[in-house]
Amino acid sequence: MIWLTWRQFRVNALVVYAALLAVVAALALTGPHLADVYDQSASTFLDWIATRRLDQSLYVVGTVGGFVVPALIGAFWGAPMIARELEAGTHRLAWSQTVTRDRWLATKLGLGLVGASTAGAVLGLATTWWAHPVDKAVGARTDSDVSSIFQVARLSPQLFASRGVAPIGYAALAFVIGVLAGAVIRRTVPAMAVTLAAYVVIQIVMPNFVRPHLATPVDTSTKIAAGSIHGIMGRGPDGPIERIDVGSAHPGAWVLTNQTVDANGATVHSFGKWVTDCLGPPPGTDKGSQTDAAQKQACYDRLASEGYRQHLSYQPAGSYWALQWRETGVLLAGAALLCGACFWRVRRLS
Amino acid sequence: MIWLTWRQSRIQVAVAGSAALAFAAALLLTGPHLADAYAQDAHSFLAWVSAQRSDRTLYDIGILAGFVLPALVGAFWGAPMVAREIEAGTHRLVWTQSVTRDRWLGTKVGLGLLGAMVAAGVVALGLSWWAHPIDQVVNLTGGSDGGNILGVPRILPDVFAARGLAPIGYAAIAFAFGVLAGAVLRRTVPAMAVTVAAYVLLQVFMPGLVRTHLVGAHATTTPITAETLHGFRGRGPDRIDDLLIDVDTPGAWVRSTRTVLASGKKVGTYPFWVSTCLPPPGTEPAEPGAREQSCFDRLASAGYGEQVIYHPASQYWALQWRETGVLLAGTGLLVAASFWRVRRLT
Amino acid sequence: MNAVISTAGLGKRYRRRWALTDCTLDVPAGKVVGLVGPNGAGKTTLLSMAVGMLAPTTGTIEVLGGRPASGPEQLAKVGYVAQDTPTYTGLTVDEHLRLGAALNPRWDDAVARDRIRRLGVDPAQRAGRLSGGQRAQLALTLGIAKRPELLVLDEPVASLDPLARREFLQDLMEAVAEHEMSVVLSSHLVSDLERVCDHLIVLVDSRVQVAGDIDDLLATHHRLTGPRRDPETLPADQQVISASHTDRQSTLLVRTEAPVLDPAWSVDQLGLEDLVLAYMSGARDVARDERPAFEVLS
Repeated sequence: MIWLTWRQFRVNALVVYAALLAVVAALALTGPHLADVYDQSASTFLDWIATRRLDQSLYVVGTVGGFVVPALIGAFWGAPMIARELEAGTHRLAWSQTVTRDRWLATKLGLGLVGASTAGAVLGLATTWWAHPVDKAVGARTDSDVSSIFQVARLSPQLFASRGVAPIGYAALAFVIGVLAGAVIRRTVPAMAVTLAAYVVIQIVMPNFVRPHLATPVDTSTKIAAGSIHGIMGRGPDGPIERIDVGSAHPGAWVLTNQTVDANGATVHSFGKWVTDCLGPPPGTDKGSQTDAAQKQACYDRLASEGYRQHLSYQPAGSYWALQWRETGVLLAGAALLCGACFWRVRRLS
Repeated sequence: MIWLTWRQSRIQVAVAGSAALAFAAALLLTGPHLADAYAQDAHSFLAWVSAQRSDRTLYDIGILAGFVLPALVGAFWGAPMVAREIEAGTHRLVWTQSVTRDRWLGTKVGLGLLGAMVAAGVVALGLSWWAHPIDQVVNLTGGSDGGNILGVPRILPDVFAARGLAPIGYAAIAFAFGVLAGAVLRRTVPAMAVTVAAYVLLQVFMPGLVRTHLVGAHATTTPITAETLHGFRGRGPDRIDDLLIDVDTPGAWVRSTRTVLASGKKVGTYPFWVSTCLPPPGTEPAEPGAREQSCFDRLASAGYGEQVIYHPASQYWALQWRETGVLLAGTGLLVAASFWRVRRLT
Repeated sequence: MNAVISTAGLGKRYRRRWALTDCTLDVPAGKVVGLVGPNGAGKTTLLSMAVGMLAPTTGTIEVLGGRPASGPEQLAKVGYVAQDTPTYTGLTVDEHLRLGAALNPRWDDAVARDRIRRLGVDPAQRAGRLSGGQRAQLALTLGIAKRPELLVLDEPVASLDPLARREFLQDLMEAVAEHEMSVVLSSHLVSDLERVCDHLIVLVDSRVQVAGDIDDLLATHHRLTGPRRDPETLPADQQVISASHTDRQSTLLVRTEAPVLDPAWSVDQLGLEDLVLAYMSGARDVARDERPAFEVLS
């Protein structure tokens, strides 16, 4: 049974692994150089790498690949695996050999899951190894501006699911979704479409509703430190001020909520006009005069005396691997559940 | 024949159509409010809209859809169109009706192309209408690079192919490629995979190999001054490979910047003293001192200038039209190849 | 009776439509059994349940003393060639044999290779490039080389031309003679069944209309032609299968163990095809409107 499954599967596997191998080879060739540069000058590393077009392309390919490869695995490996047999009627040939449906399905799922998880692991871990200097440099930053992809923290949703061990879980889950969709819908192309749609939904649901709860976030409520306001969000110069944007000094963290609360702990949705003083004069005008500095300080003092505090809830950079393992665990548990559904479904197929 | 084609593809049309309509409705609902905010205060508009989570998400979805939609159209509409009939043998049923193969394929491809182009047009032109205020700000100020996709000028490859007219061309060519792949490979799933792969390659190679040649790029040379020089790139203080120079071309697609001599010759290696143009690392950036000023003077007298080759923001629609034209011409070729192939099918 | 397939009250429903209702039959062992009936009689459904492709909605089915497809031992005992003789289009003939060898404990590789060689099929050929007949032969080879106790064939010759059909059936007969297995073969072509079967089951609308060894069936069925008369007036041991009348003449098809003695009748022997058609049309008339087979014309 393993031979037959491998024989049916090998072209699919070769295509994906050849593409992965190319990416991994490119990463392996350029990775050591990055590490060297980082060792020589860690402080300027991020500025240096931001100017490297090839490295940037590679990083983007690795990241996008981490998101896309599980989708392709689900659609092109998972969905046709049973649907194509049902479409061609060959399941009747297979099931009339001395092979129970359970064993037939178990071999297909087993081989496919091994292949999918390996692909996810190779891509996720290779990118992680390559980007290790980038992650170290991002973790050591003091500001939270993001002006190139290399300044994005690996905990942020833009990178999280395509790095580390999470792609293993996503690839496995997408594959099983594909198999189940094929067994239920019994037609390949609609099953592929449904698999892709389900995968997109999962990628939206996980960072928004599941991942924040996988580890207890750190909650802090601090005085708004002088000079920490980056910007003020309102409707035009005369409109109400809705939000003040306070920088967080937690390098590499994933900030879940960052909002201003008043003395009672309630979220503030409108501010007095005076908070614009905290920003100082608009850029371009004469800066650094004494009155402006005094005005600015007075503004921060007033924020403090009115009891405004900044409430910050975040996953610290140190939670990265805990979150990675737990998310992978959740995804694998989901995959196991869907495997059960596949067995249930295949026993009822005709 | 039209009825049959419609009957076979109505589910796909319904799925794609409802998704495109939902997106268009979201654009219609939020668009006027963006225009209002822009009319009130253009200066802080970009910062404001960047802070609006729902608007950012909508724009992200729109850009993603602009890139992904043609791939989906090619793989899920184009590739199965002929391949599934061949796999199921139903092409023999159809061809034995009083319908020529040409008419059969013509109807299928015609309706499919129409559907693909309408879907892509709704999403991409809707997004362009919606993002009009953003484009105005970005073309004025140059926007911000990286991190925030709202600040990316629309002419850059990051968003170019997902907005305006281009997605119509991409959807058409992806669809036509899918049909041809299905007719050649005669199997649906491999045809889908090949279509997706071909689309990715097209997207990767289009900007550098085709787009930049569609409209002549501008070239300007600016002197190197304390205002424009902001860094070096090199393998050490004595070995400088490149100067990092700010060029003031808001909303433009910069193809290359390089240092040239007055003769127009490209500078390969820089004299060692160039490193004295910037204060040593670690010190506060301040007004250029005497050392730095003499360095800049020396640069100017030696005739060094920074040459920028770029496509200005004003070329956007010319590029869009021509790229769409190129893609539609490619579509025509692929469709012709499909006809040729289908006549030879058994 | 020693039965390879035995069903009781078997029924199968697809969503709202019943494909088979209340089917009770026994298929004797050690024979080549023909299952014949019109399209939609439930032949394929019955055979699919016998090999465990389908689960019954109601009733029970027992094959070789076990529940179909209940485990590897049961699967090993039953071979099956489905209606459309499925093969993997991307796999070569050789790979199909390898597949069979890997998946069946009692696989007889010598038989399989010998059959393929005799068929003149290139083992390196992909199954998708074989002709319909070759594909059917390949599927049959897989079924035979598995060395089952019972081989179930669902209309295996439907897609074959007359020559290929004859060769296929001849092959089948040789294999049966060699390997001593029971065979159940469905078809709606009686002439094919007549050539290979020694037992016949006529299934119409899920009901077994008649079942028996072909020789017995032919010996006990007669066509009676004579002056017009009401079939009710026949002796009690003569069961009327079908009747047709002209103004002056009646033609009856009767089943009886005893010889027909009434001198008013001229008695003819029946062909198997006529016999089967009589059962099929008789059952259909009843099913159509419950009208009696005979109308009194005033």
